[in-house]
Parts: sequence; structure tokens; C-alpha cells
Amino acid sequence: MPDLKITDRSGQETTVPAVVGHSVMEIIRQSGCEEILALCGGNCSCATCHVYVDPAFAGRLEPMSADEDDLLDSSDHRTGQSRLSCQIKFAELLDGLRVTVAPED
Amino acid sequence: MTPRYDVLIVGSGHGGAQSAIALRQSGFEGSIAMVGEEADLPYERPALSKDYLAGAKTLDRILIRPPTFWRERNVALLSGRRVVSLDATAHHVITDTAETIAYGRLIWATGGYARRLNCQGHDLDGVHSIRRRTDVDRLIGELLFSRNVAIIGGGYIGLEAAAVLVELGKQVTLFESQDRVLARVAGEQLSRFYEAEHEAKGVTLELRAAVDRLEGVDGRVASVRLRDGRSVAADLVIIGIGIIPATAPLIEAGAMGEDGAEVDRSCHTTLKDVYAIGDCARRQSTFAGGAAIRIESVQNAADTAIAAASAIMGQTPPHDAAPWFWSNQYDLRLQTVGLSRGFDAAVVRGNPRDRRFSVIYLKDGCVIALDCVNAAKDFVQGRALVVAGARIDPAQVADPSLPLKDIALSLTY
Repeated sequence: MPDLKITDRSGQETTVPAVVGHSVMEIIRQSGCEEILALCGGNCSCATCHVYVDPAFAGRLEPMSADEDDLLDSSDHRTGQSRLSCQIKFAELLDGLRVTVAPED
Repeated sequence: MTPRYDVLIVGSGHGGAQSAIALRQSGFEGSIAMVGEEADLPYERPALSKDYLAGAKTLDRILIRPPTFWRERNVALLSGRRVVSLDATAHHVITDTAETIAYGRLIWATGGYARRLNCQGHDLDGVHSIRRRTDVDRLIGELLFSRNVAIIGGGYIGLEAAAVLVELGKQVTLFESQDRVLARVAGEQLSRFYEAEHEAKGVTLELRAAVDRLEGVDGRVASVRLRDGRSVAADLVIIGIGIIPATAPLIEAGAMGEDGAEVDRSCHTTLKDVYAIGDCARRQSTFAGGAAIRIESVQNAADTAIAAASAIMGQTPPHDAAPWFWSNQYDLRLQTVGLSRGFDAAVVRGNPRDRRFSVIYLKDGCVIALDCVNAAKDFVQGRALVVAGARIDPAQVADPSLPLKDIALSLTY
């Protein structure tokens, strides 16, 4: 099974199995990480599943939608690596993807 | 011996789950238990009228946390039992399974029960609510042999269910007693837009509908009888007429509160060491002009959970965040920020015909809320206007070419 590497806010990295077809938010939540609120459950309706994606994988991600872009603007911690993890569907080619949980807003 | 927990959480929905998560996250080392009436692990309730009903997501994908999480965080899950009484002096509760559970602090997070019809026929087979996972499983189990679905109540639950069911090929009739859908929660512009969308998809709307009774055949619902004498065929009925806060044991124990337990900023009730959060709590909100109100939303459940956890940890609760809410129907994503109740003017920004627009609610000339349809930018940028209670020129915000961000920046306080 492919895996996902999650770095939490304390800097601790955990490697977890990733289900292809599930969103990165679901995989992070399934890992037991308590830092992801994901209040809207993955509907791209809030911005409480904000992560930074390792730039090495940037080219393998689907581009973000205008809505995701707009929602990320609500964060004071947005960077060029920001994504809403509920909007990244895990695929085989993302095996080993590294994400870092963004600071709380 | 009576089991005792330093924190006992009553209710295992969003609020209950978030209370436990927040306590552990802030380093609380005492014992925690969560009593839940449902047998399930905490799950996302909003999905019930959307992805779960549509069959797009299974229960394991809507769990708030995986099963192992609760064990690892040492949160005891006492599921499948209901607290029937509370003794705030003795610091214990009694469950319907006749167990006595003692506590140091109690967090009451029971949410509410789906309001039921009280007319004749309300208890026929085929009459459903959408509040719990088991409600929706029963409903799904009957969909296969149901063709005509009647939905009673034109609020968010009713409209979301209508959207899912009409897309599943059902003949859907939605009955609303007011003269428009969403009458309790939104302005007329939004109501009319959603009515048109649902009608275009094939939903039959019956506004100003006075339901007289549900009629059955052999114990199963067969039609909805209106007071004007008409009868509409229905082999499945969904009641979406709101909730009743589940606070009876709390009130019987002496807590103050009508339609929700009265709580302070820290979500403390009028009973010592007893907190109430989420849908069943009534708390002052700066976004309601300081009035004590009950807010039914995931965001409110999470924020009040964090407030109660902070109080238990001896910390000051975080400031009120602007309330927000969402509803998905078809390909329409509604996002709301602020509380529109009590508005005296509503400005439409953009053209509803483009299926991308916002309604900006004003009170005494100041922005109190926005409903944004497929307009995430307005949702994000409008928040600043709500937080500031900005006094704006209605003509300015009506122009979609002017970003709300720029309007917010130009404000002088």
C-alpha cells in the first residue's frame, strides 16, 4: 500500500498507509492526528484541513479549484505550498507524499 | 463501585467528540468518558442528509476519528445508553441502563431530537427523520420500493434530502408551511433561488401547505392529506421540521434555560461543574448583538466544545469566531457567515441566474451576515465585514466587480 508522510505541528513525522481514492484529509484523520479539524467533512466549504505539500510533489497534484484558492485566502498562514487536504485525492503516483499540518488560524 | 470520571461527556456527536479531543490536546491527564445514546463512534452528522444518504460515503468514511483514536487517547466510550437523570450536588448521572456514573465535571453535549409531527398518522411506517445514522439506514432500506417521497419542512435538511432523492429518480414533493423555503434562516432572495433550482430538477413544491394528517394503508403511509382537502401520494415521508434540544435531565436537575440550557462565555450552566455545548446550549453571541441564542451548526459545536475544554483547563475561552455554516444541494455550494436573523435589508451581489451570487444582510446599515452561493471568495472576504459589523454602502457591495476585500480595507473605524 502506498503511504503518506504527515508532519504535525510539533514537527513529528509519521508515515501512514494511504488509501487510493480517499482524500489526504481522510487519510490524515484516519491516522489519528488530532490537529486537523476538517469541520465540513471534506466539502471544500471551510479551510480547517490546511496543509503544506512538499514542493517535490507539486507537479503530481491536480491543480486547485478557484474555490479552494479562495478558501485558502482565509488563512493567515498561506504559502505557495498551501492546499486544503480534502481536495487532494490520493493516487498511486502520490506514494510517499509529504504534508505538514499548517498552523491553526 | 460507582465508576467515576474526571470529565464525563454526555453526547457523542461533534461537540462531545471535540470536547474530548480538545481536552487531550491541551494536556488534560484526568479520566474522560463519553456517554452516547447511539451505538456508533462519533461521526459527521451533516453527511446524513448528503453523501451518506446518497450512498456516496459509508459510515467508516464519516467517522470523526478512527476507532483506535479513542483508545489511544484513553477516552472511554460508553455507547448505547442515555442519561436520564443528573444529580448536580452528588455529581453523578443515571443512565437508562440503570448505571450510576460519577463525575468531576460534566459536559452536556446531547444536541437535539428530531421534532416529530403531532398530527394523525405521524407514527405510521415509512415516516422518517434524518438525525441519526440509523434513521438514514432505515430510510435507505425503504427507498428501493418507494417512488413517491414527501418531505415535510423546507429547511436545510429537507432541501438537501430533496436534492439527493430527486437525483436518485424519486418523485419528490416538499411541503413547507411558510410562503417560502428557508424562511427561518435566510432572506427571500435565497429562498426564491433555491425554490427555482429544486423545481427545475423536478421537485414539486407545496408552499403555505397545511398538512392535516398522514394517511396509511395497513399501517404504512400512503399519502399526505392537506387541510384544503387535497391528498398527495407518498410511500415514504421525511420530516424535517427542526430539533428539540435534548436538555430535559439537565433542566429537571435545576439548570436554567428554555429551549436550550443557559450557559456563560465558558459554556458553564447554572449548575456547578456542569457545562453545556453545541445545539443544546444557549449562549450570548456578539454576532447576535449580545443576545443569548442557540446555534445549530458543526462550527458552533466545535467552538463551544473548545470553550468548555479551555474552562476546565483553567484557561480563558477563545474569542467568538464568526458563525459559519454550509449546505450542499445539487452542484450548489452555499456558505454562510454571520447570523442573518433580525436583518432589515438584504443586498444581492451578482446575478442569481449565473448560479453564483451572494446575499449580504444588513441591520441598521451594518453587515451582519452573508449567504454565498458558489461564491467562496465572497464567503472568505465577507467575513471581515461581518466581524467588523461594517457600515457599508449597499450599492457598493452589490457590484460584484468590486472585491469585498477592497471594501473591507477601505473602511474607516
